[in-house]
Amino acid sequence: MKTNKNTIYDIAIIGAGVSGCMIAREMSMFDLNICVLDKAYDVSSGASKANSAIVHAGYDPIPGTLKSKLNARGAKLMKTAVKELEVEYKVLPSLVLAYDEEQMNTVLALKERADDNGVSVKTISREEVLTIEPMLNPDVVGALYADSAIVCPYGLTIAAAENAAKNGVEFKLGYEVSRIETHESLFIINDDIKTKYIINAAGVNSAEIASLIGDLSFSITPRRGEYMIYDKQNLCVNSVLFTVPTKLGKGVLITPSVSGNMLVGPNAQVVQSECDIQTTSEGQNFVFENAKRIIPSLTKRGIIREFAGIRATPSGDDFIIRFSEISSKFLHVAGIESPGLASSPAVAEYVLELLKNSGLRTIPKKSSTRYRKQIRKISEATAEEAAEMIAENPLYSHVICRCETISEAEIVEAIHRPIGARSVDAVKFRTRAGMGRCQGGFCSPKVAEILSRELNIPLSEVTQFGGNSKILCKKQ
Amino acid sequence: MNLNKSLVVVGGGPAGLAAAIAAKENGINDVIILERGSCLGGILNQCIHSGFGLHAFGEELTGPEYAGRYEEKAEKLKVDYLTDTMVLSVSHDKTVIAVSKEKGLLIIKAEAVVLATGCRERTRGAINIPGTRPAGVFTAGTAQYYINMIGNHVGKKAVILGSGDIGLIMARRLMLEGAKVEMVLELLPYSNGLGRNIAQCLEDFDIPLMLSHTVIGVSGKERLEGVTIAKVDDRLLPIPGTEQFIECDTLLLSVGLIPENEIATGAGVELSPITGGAVVNENLETNIEGVFACGNALHVHDLVDYVSDEAARAGKSAAAYLNGDKKESSQYKTIITKNGVRYCVPQKIGTLTPEIPLFFRVATPSQGSTILIYADGNVVYKKREAYLTPSEMQMVKLSDETCKKLNEAKEITVELNTK
Repeated sequence: MKTNKNTIYDIAIIGAGVSGCMIAREMSMFDLNICVLDKAYDVSSGASKANSAIVHAGYDPIPGTLKSKLNARGAKLMKTAVKELEVEYKVLPSLVLAYDEEQMNTVLALKERADDNGVSVKTISREEVLTIEPMLNPDVVGALYADSAIVCPYGLTIAAAENAAKNGVEFKLGYEVSRIETHESLFIINDDIKTKYIINAAGVNSAEIASLIGDLSFSITPRRGEYMIYDKQNLCVNSVLFTVPTKLGKGVLITPSVSGNMLVGPNAQVVQSECDIQTTSEGQNFVFENAKRIIPSLTKRGIIREFAGIRATPSGDDFIIRFSEISSKFLHVAGIESPGLASSPAVAEYVLELLKNSGLRTIPKKSSTRYRKQIRKISEATAEEAAEMIAENPLYSHVICRCETISEAEIVEAIHRPIGARSVDAVKFRTRAGMGRCQGGFCSPKVAEILSRELNIPLSEVTQFGGNSKILCKKQ
Repeated sequence: MNLNKSLVVVGGGPAGLAAAIAAKENGINDVIILERGSCLGGILNQCIHSGFGLHAFGEELTGPEYAGRYEEKAEKLKVDYLTDTMVLSVSHDKTVIAVSKEKGLLIIKAEAVVLATGCRERTRGAINIPGTRPAGVFTAGTAQYYINMIGNHVGKKAVILGSGDIGLIMARRLMLEGAKVEMVLELLPYSNGLGRNIAQCLEDFDIPLMLSHTVIGVSGKERLEGVTIAKVDDRLLPIPGTEQFIECDTLLLSVGLIPENEIATGAGVELSPITGGAVVNENLETNIEGVFACGNALHVHDLVDYVSDEAARAGKSAAAYLNGDKKESSQYKTIITKNGVRYCVPQKIGTLTPEIPLFFRVATPSQGSTILIYADGNVVYKKREAYLTPSEMQMVKLSDETCKKLNEAKEITVELNTK
């Protein structure tokens, strides 16, 4: 879609996280002029890239809330979305583990809540738990069992964004929204973007964005969660393992990731700044000690990476998806903390309904597609497929990331796709190059060289994740 | 492309080169080296400092020179090799699947395989340094690649964590590139580097070596802005109140090497939890018949000279296996290591001969300890060492007579007497 200074967008979505991108994708099925704005240099740069990556079954939210409605619906829609978008997704059981009678009572209460939410779960005995998870602490007394799933959260976000971009949605990254003015029936963002609707999907910054139009109806508390990732060879669980939830959240969990690593975390620490994604020794110890209660034999050996993400905890316990009281064309999609990932397809569907009901004309766009192909991976190809891929594109035979077996072809494609990778991390999140046990020790310079070549920029300008995160410095 | 080969050597670094040369010299013509890099020589190519070859050649060579000696020899012997070729898997029946920039997909049916895949560096994640995650935190080897291989500059003001040889060498390298190295930190109360490197890389450049110190925090949003360091106690835990903020734009980590054994694992090779490399017998053969391991993929060495020596034995063993004159050792005994001996390679022996050295490492530094080897509880080897340190690999060669005693014994033990 060709746009210029005078373009009037139908919708500007602020925030290119999983909510923003899934909404963009849903709305891109219609003949609408849409842009997505994010201050980060890539999509999926906030909570969407740093979370537990679980498609929660939907038993947990309080019945009657928006969370409960969208979680169950989202988990269902997710199955279709991941097929259409070719996103890594895996069905597996989730267990909420009880270690004493009191905790078992909580499990039973969760079971009742699940029934109210219409989500099928069952309680299982100690023996059944230990059959599924032999490594578990034998003190376990029972568990809540649910059919659950895991998904690649940034994979989903990037896929949705690529799909939306293919359907004509414009992405403006590294674009910080600092002013919103209202002129007749239009919003003007930062003096340069005119739009009829604004969708505020700005995650931890959504209250700030709301305040730009004078809407102070909610606040967001940034809550940091720290995680650790284990090497694939240290994966020792088959399901998502929760301890019983407390007021602070779902607690420390252990889960396989879609790539076969093991993810452990999070803690829940209220922080002052929404940018404070540092890891701390206290947080890491807390996570480790709690994880050790689930699997007593767990050691720190095999940890390859630590990270932290910020959850956007809203005032009031529910998702905030409604039009602003200040403006009927300003739609909040805020406070999307857990189970926000699981809910995201349903959030998009719900937003579509709200927009339709508000009078937005939605004429299906013939040229739009719901399908997006993933980058073909040499590591997942059979010998015959690999031979054919290499014949088609010889760069498939040049392996750049040794740990994850990622070829040059995959990296080059990640750079040249819609919303192409512009940094070493952007390549990493699209291909997994650098996500293995050497954490980019061998491949990051090669990836930087490929970025420099493909984007025709000096190597010294290549960044880790945009902005001033330059990897090298110029010689004096 | 489908091929049949007598011997496939995975890796064309110093270990792979020496193994392939030895195999060829021992009558195996049909050898091929598969190297993932764009040229032979492995990590030596970026080690442009000198200090290699003192044992092997009696002279001081740079890394590329040392590799060059072996490359020339391989060339002369017409050892076949492919670069830019990544082995994806080796199956239990020794089918090697690789992708090659030049040849595309390769499926090689091998009769024997030597794994010489080298090692990788431990990372920030592995040692769990808290803080933000900005650009400017490198492993020493990655920084070395940027500087020595592609002529770039990683930063202006650096702190280095880890005083192993790579950390020391990189401290000097950064100074020569015009950067300022604020300090080299070492978690342990002693350095793991060679004495000559401490003198030539730190003392000559007035770089402070801070023992019993570590990095406890990384700061900076986009590019590194500084690190918080602290002194550590006897249990290596940071001592509260000793924290100091050091402004820097670069943090280099030289915090250990780990053998790379993904291909070995895929083939079903048994690994040692202590070395991270394969469990091998005196022929450097793994639990899979005809699959051998050597070099830093087997266990991390201090000197490349020892890598070449060990790898040549692996090549020779592979040749013997292929020539059918391998001595059958029906009974392998696991060498028991205790009292300060962390590991011993080989881990198992059937028939030991005087030319096969035992390599081991001690757990802690000690003075005046005695290395003891027992056969069924009787001391068969005894040597007092003035100074032993975990950073120095110990090599013991045994006499004919001692070997005989060990070969006849049911139980072999290596230990340290620190009295």
